[in-house]
Amino acid sequence: MEKNVYLDLGYWVQKKAKQLGVTESALGINHSRSVSVDFRDGEVEKLKESTQQSMSIQIFANGRYSSHSTNDLRKESLEKFLTNAVDLTSFLEKDEFRKLPDPELYEGQPQIDLDLNDSKQGDVTADERLNRAKELGAGLEGKDERIISISSGFHDSHSETYHLKSNGFEGHKESTSFTHGASVSMQGAGDKKPEGWRYYRARHLEDLVGAGQTASEALARTQDRIGAEKVSTETMPLLLENSNAAGLFWRIMYPLSAGAIQQKNSFLEGKQDTQIASSILSIVDDPAIVRGLGSRYYDGDGIAAKEMPLITNGVLNNYFIDVYYGNKLGWKPTSGGSSNLIVKPGNRSGSEIEADLDRGILVTDWLGGNANSTTGDFSLGVAGWLIENGKRVKSITEMNISGNYNELLMNLTEVGNDPWIHSSFRTPTMLFDKVSFSGS
Amino acid sequence: MVQMSRRDFVKITGTGLALATLPGFIRSGIAGVKPGDNPYNFYFQRFGIDEDTIRKVMTEALHYGGDYCDLFFQNQLSNSIRLQDNIVNSASTNVTLGVGIRVLKGDQTGYSFTEDISLASMKAAARTAAGIASGSPKKAPLTFNATKLMNYYDTNVSWEDVGVKDKVGMLQAINDDVFKEDPRVVKASVNFSDSENYILVVNSEGGIATDYQPMLRISVGCTAEQDGRRENNYFDYSARDDIRFLTPERLKRLPREAVARTMRLFEALTPPAGEFPVVLAAGSAGILLHEAIGHGMEADFNRQGISVYSEKMNEKIAEPFVTIVDDGTNTNVRGSINVDDEGVASEETVLVENGVLRTFMHDRISAKHYGVKPTGSGRRESFKHYPMPRMRNTYMRSGPHEYEEMIATVKYGILADQFTNGQVNIGPGDFTFYVKSGSLIENGKITTPIKDVNIIGNGPEVLKRVTMVSNDMKMAEGGWTCGKNGQGVPVSMGMPSLLVSSITVGGRG
Repeated sequence: MEKNVYLDLGYWVQKKAKQLGVTESALGINHSRSVSVDFRDGEVEKLKESTQQSMSIQIFANGRYSSHSTNDLRKESLEKFLTNAVDLTSFLEKDEFRKLPDPELYEGQPQIDLDLNDSKQGDVTADERLNRAKELGAGLEGKDERIISISSGFHDSHSETYHLKSNGFEGHKESTSFTHGASVSMQGAGDKKPEGWRYYRARHLEDLVGAGQTASEALARTQDRIGAEKVSTETMPLLLENSNAAGLFWRIMYPLSAGAIQQKNSFLEGKQDTQIASSILSIVDDPAIVRGLGSRYYDGDGIAAKEMPLITNGVLNNYFIDVYYGNKLGWKPTSGGSSNLIVKPGNRSGSEIEADLDRGILVTDWLGGNANSTTGDFSLGVAGWLIENGKRVKSITEMNISGNYNELLMNLTEVGNDPWIHSSFRTPTMLFDKVSFSGS
Repeated sequence: MVQMSRRDFVKITGTGLALATLPGFIRSGIAGVKPGDNPYNFYFQRFGIDEDTIRKVMTEALHYGGDYCDLFFQNQLSNSIRLQDNIVNSASTNVTLGVGIRVLKGDQTGYSFTEDISLASMKAAARTAAGIASGSPKKAPLTFNATKLMNYYDTNVSWEDVGVKDKVGMLQAINDDVFKEDPRVVKASVNFSDSENYILVVNSEGGIATDYQPMLRISVGCTAEQDGRRENNYFDYSARDDIRFLTPERLKRLPREAVARTMRLFEALTPPAGEFPVVLAAGSAGILLHEAIGHGMEADFNRQGISVYSEKMNEKIAEPFVTIVDDGTNTNVRGSINVDDEGVASEETVLVENGVLRTFMHDRISAKHYGVKPTGSGRRESFKHYPMPRMRNTYMRSGPHEYEEMIATVKYGILADQFTNGQVNIGPGDFTFYVKSGSLIENGKITTPIKDVNIIGNGPEVLKRVTMVSNDMKMAEGGWTCGKNGQGVPVSMGMPSLLVSSITVGGRG
């Protein structure tokens, strides 16, 4: 279907919903196309190509609310789908807090071109995809005699979504995504076959990190895992690699949400304007980075995307407040979730910080674990390096770090100048003091 | 996103899906089938297809000489309804319809899918998948024969016949019970979801199989306050079953367990860090098997030579009282399937027999590679995904020891009894699972409750350290979802209580 066909279908659904007694509605129609090519050891392993479409609708009918989605967009199917959806809604209880956003919140979208759609994506040929995926793996063949298997891949997609809300909001999102990477398995000690990988993602094909660099990093990360073992239980500094630091911070995003606070499941409730972290930590949510992986003009509620400080010099500034839980708490909505999160960089590089570390563990990989959003307790599996006198002396694995976020965030002692830009959460190298590592 | 990572995980499923009837389709059961019809005619009608259409699409899929092709038709209707802040104030529905077309050439896969089940769209998708091969056209089979299947879901009532009104009343009663149970409760939430999945798999060898796969999950969450502290926990059930699963006993137990599990956390401490003996309580402790050995026994990783178990077949890897199976045939259990998503009948696969590694879990590709029969383990998230070897219900059979005897042997250690998630690195075999709640064991007695601690170990090493297995095997009750290469499938697990002589506990200090 062409652009206008989707929009027209949206208007038609809106009209039908109104006829069925729906007071207000919010509608999203998406269509996307994606292609993926995966190689293993020089041969194509999987080729996958698809186009898909779907519609989702939120229904607000006489104070009652429900949400529905379908991928069957034929009008005769949609008509019955809507009738059923409206029927179902009538059996629910009224919820005075379910409302569309105040249209004022729709105002003030970024006025720059975020350039999220690579118009050249349509020109990428099947042969080019094959060659790119193959080249990534081929560069590693014969590089290390311990290699058991190399897999490599190139995936790209184009996605377009229209949003219509019955109180006047109309939005259109179009973006592309390109990902490539390699994964390597090697023979380690005994039966162990350590594996390592690196992949990069970008909005535009030309922004992808080169195949050569991507492949060598995948290889180096695998070689690093050979001979890894746990070391003794000890409380010592934790040095977090820049590409891995976001893994620790994603877990505080839910406690920062109005939903967690309203449901009394957040250890950060009541902490606004107080010191929750070391004064060297500042994090901003910035939706307007050109070609940014998390960039957007508006959020899931249709709220215009604006820059928002989350933490400044360790002080908590703002929560993620969506329309529904904002209504329940009587708080003005900010946004229901993050766009691009930017940690303010420090002065030294990751390697300079590492060289200065007398004793500690550099964490380069996570393995499972969880955190308790109500209390802030966490316990996470880690792998990386034991550092002594600034040197990587032993590859480690099968260890845990445990603690509470309230203490951990206060124990942040240095932030690097090397933000990892290949993620919507841009974190530099980070050093924490006094972290409990459990091992043998 | 590229799923480069082989960190396969399992976790308790989040809140899900939806109430809907799919218009224009015949309802569940085989009501649409006339005497004398093929058993799969109901599904032909549901998807608006016939044998001739299938042959035309297959001809297209084999246009470049693929070795094999299959068509996976799916229609899933999902409903969910939620109670929060004392009112049933939100519901959702989801309808999914489509066909996935796969062509194999040796170990290589070409895959495409379409949501439009018209001949033209299916032919276009088939031609895309066909491109994995580059030879001369092959012909589609002339006849199709239904695969003989057993039925492991004892159900009578379609979820389409369960009214929203009934669900609303049920959720409200549970909510009332949560608050009645303990004055410290400050918030309760109840999520109920059900789904019906209709699949038809037909392949170029002439096999055809269909299945109706029902599912339910109900979860109760609770937050409580005591002396300025807050704790939150939950309890859930999931089953391939109909509404009859929700007996008065189970509906009473849901709020009671959710509250008890929450209140216990007020007394709980974080255990010390280091290596300790760990007793795993019977039930969802099967998560250890899922991570420590299950994923490593999926044959795709072994075919590629990248699993820690690749060269271990027929070797002793555990004590003789350790027998581990992956079973798709447990009646009404969440991970059971009558047929896998490649049309192969489900079975009980013995992975480890009396301590010796016996069988990998196979899909068609790996079975052909190893020259064995597929084990009915080829599963996929939906028609949008290709199948891979996956687990169903993974459990250890009961052993010779007694629970009390096991606890009594532990001088200082941990008893772990509630789990939320786990993960594994297939190659080195390192795995973790998160203990939401448990207790310390001191001098052979269960003492202080503990909470929120990750346990990490190495699969083959930990299996060797399983020194006692008791005679109380129990299946997990909750809604586990296993993730692999970006695809989630429902699974279950089970375990008798057992003792691991030493494993790293992520405590503090």
